[in-house]
Amino acid sequence: MSGEEFVPLSLTPLLIGIFAAVACALPGNFLVLRRQALIGDAISHVVLPGIVVAFLISGVIAAWPMMLGAAGAAVVAVVLIEAIRRLGRIEPGAAMGVVFTTMFAGGVLLLEQTDTSTVHLDVEHALYGNLESLIWLDATGWASLWDAEALAGLPVELPRMFVTLIGVILFTWLLWRPLKLSTFDEGFARTVGIRTNLLGLALVIVAAIAAVAAFDAVGSIIVIAMFICPPAAARMMTNQLEGQVAWSVIFAVISAVSGYILAGYGPLWLGGADAVSAAGMIATTSGLILALAAIFGPCRTRTGAPSQA
Amino acid sequence: MLDLVSDHGKAIKTPPLGDSPLAIRGLTVSYGQKPAVFSVDMTVRPGAMTAIIGPNGAGKSTLLKAALGIVKPLSGQVSVFGKPLDDQRARIAYVPQRASVDWDFPTRVIDVVLMGLYRELGLLGRLRARHTAKAMDCLNRVGMHDFVDRQIGQLSGGQQQRVFLARALAQEADLYLLDEPFAGVDAATEKAIISVLKSLREAGKTVVVVHHDLATVTDYFDHVFLINTRKVAEGSVAEAFTAETLQAAYGGRLATAQVDQLAKALG
Repeated sequence: MSGEEFVPLSLTPLLIGIFAAVACALPGNFLVLRRQALIGDAISHVVLPGIVVAFLISGVIAAWPMMLGAAGAAVVAVVLIEAIRRLGRIEPGAAMGVVFTTMFAGGVLLLEQTDTSTVHLDVEHALYGNLESLIWLDATGWASLWDAEALAGLPVELPRMFVTLIGVILFTWLLWRPLKLSTFDEGFARTVGIRTNLLGLALVIVAAIAAVAAFDAVGSIIVIAMFICPPAAARMMTNQLEGQVAWSVIFAVISAVSGYILAGYGPLWLGGADAVSAAGMIATTSGLILALAAIFGPCRTRTGAPSQA
Repeated sequence: MLDLVSDHGKAIKTPPLGDSPLAIRGLTVSYGQKPAVFSVDMTVRPGAMTAIIGPNGAGKSTLLKAALGIVKPLSGQVSVFGKPLDDQRARIAYVPQRASVDWDFPTRVIDVVLMGLYRELGLLGRLRARHTAKAMDCLNRVGMHDFVDRQIGQLSGGQQQRVFLARALAQEADLYLLDEPFAGVDAATEKAIISVLKSLREAGKTVVVVHHDLATVTDYFDHVFLINTRKVAEGSVAEAFTAETLQAAYGGRLATAQVDQLAKALG
């Protein structure tokens, strides 16, 4: 494919897909190890009431109020999950299930009961986003990457997703040791002075921000898939956290790139006429990678499971 | 200050916190309605090995966790070497119950021991050769130097416990708190652990162990702390580890076989 075709039509959706996939996969590693992977699912559901409330308050469909509303809803959800888990003394998965279905239902109710008919929030958009539409029409070829005028026409999702990714990387890099320590051994982590509750909350909030940014750009299906599939597949490739995170990034990038290409050209190769949803195909690819890792991964047995009598 | 009356009727004076390695006053912890630990005072003797003893569910681990700030007490004061806990974290090493962590976690033996250097390394401090050398030395002391690169899930229970002890050694603390380090370990591990603990005592360190095997108390420890939600007795093994105090702590729950075994151990 020539630059004249690739740069305006495929470069930006591809990059946004990669950034979104990696931004979700990084915190996903810790969430999976903490048995909190469902939180990705929870966040992508509670985002709805947050966005609706943000719209009702601000009256505009703009990125910042939406993201603030979504992040606010995520924090409310996390606090509720913790409260229910402690007061009801039930396992976190059950608490998450109760909270996110309730909040999602509340969001739907709010959407139906208020005058939000102007909000573009249909199911398909929420699920699959519209990655393919995030094109860069001002670009004419590779040279446009150095052309300030063309760069001004970049889809706003690209810089936003990029900044989110940088934030997630910084969080993971700066707090790597406390994150690793408190994920492995929370009690010990507290005795050395790590504020594990605060750190756990920060992790979930960072995951929520990544989810909200990605949700806005590429839909919730990628968010849910990327929180779980690349980290889970990566866990079966290595027995070291550092390696697991590296593998998860590789798998996230492979999912994004091959999913995007397969969505665009796969049907043509098979003799079909239309392309399929890129977001859906990216999620599918990550699932395939997980399946392959589960069958062929070198570290797929649970060595730590109680086996010795 | 109120004088508390213990279960067997003797008045317990509440002494000042002092400079003890670990001093606890009026500590009450509750999970839900029922207190797990009720109004407990404890003063750990410096340079000694103290066993915390009591029946299952008596609050032994909870006492330790509350003293370390892992669980939040309803009330009570804790001081470590005469200062608040948060100022003294560098002087404390802790070995949690082995079953409290997920041994499937993707990490190697050496990485677990290096976690003991967290306070030294900080967030981004570079891991240098001397850090790794220290971790190796600690593994050596517990006889686990051949397992450096093993994934932790591939170890036996006793080996896992020794890795946990090596991590505590890497903390280079003055006060060592261990939660059931002998639970479910093989005889060789038990021997290795007790010899390391005794060497710590010889170096002037203070060791506190939540312990469940009454038969080894007199062999291993100088001091005991008997608890059954409330404090039952505290003192040297000779003073506080008697048929009377055990009866008070365990009530009818001490099996006949255990009593016989103890009678032998106590002479």
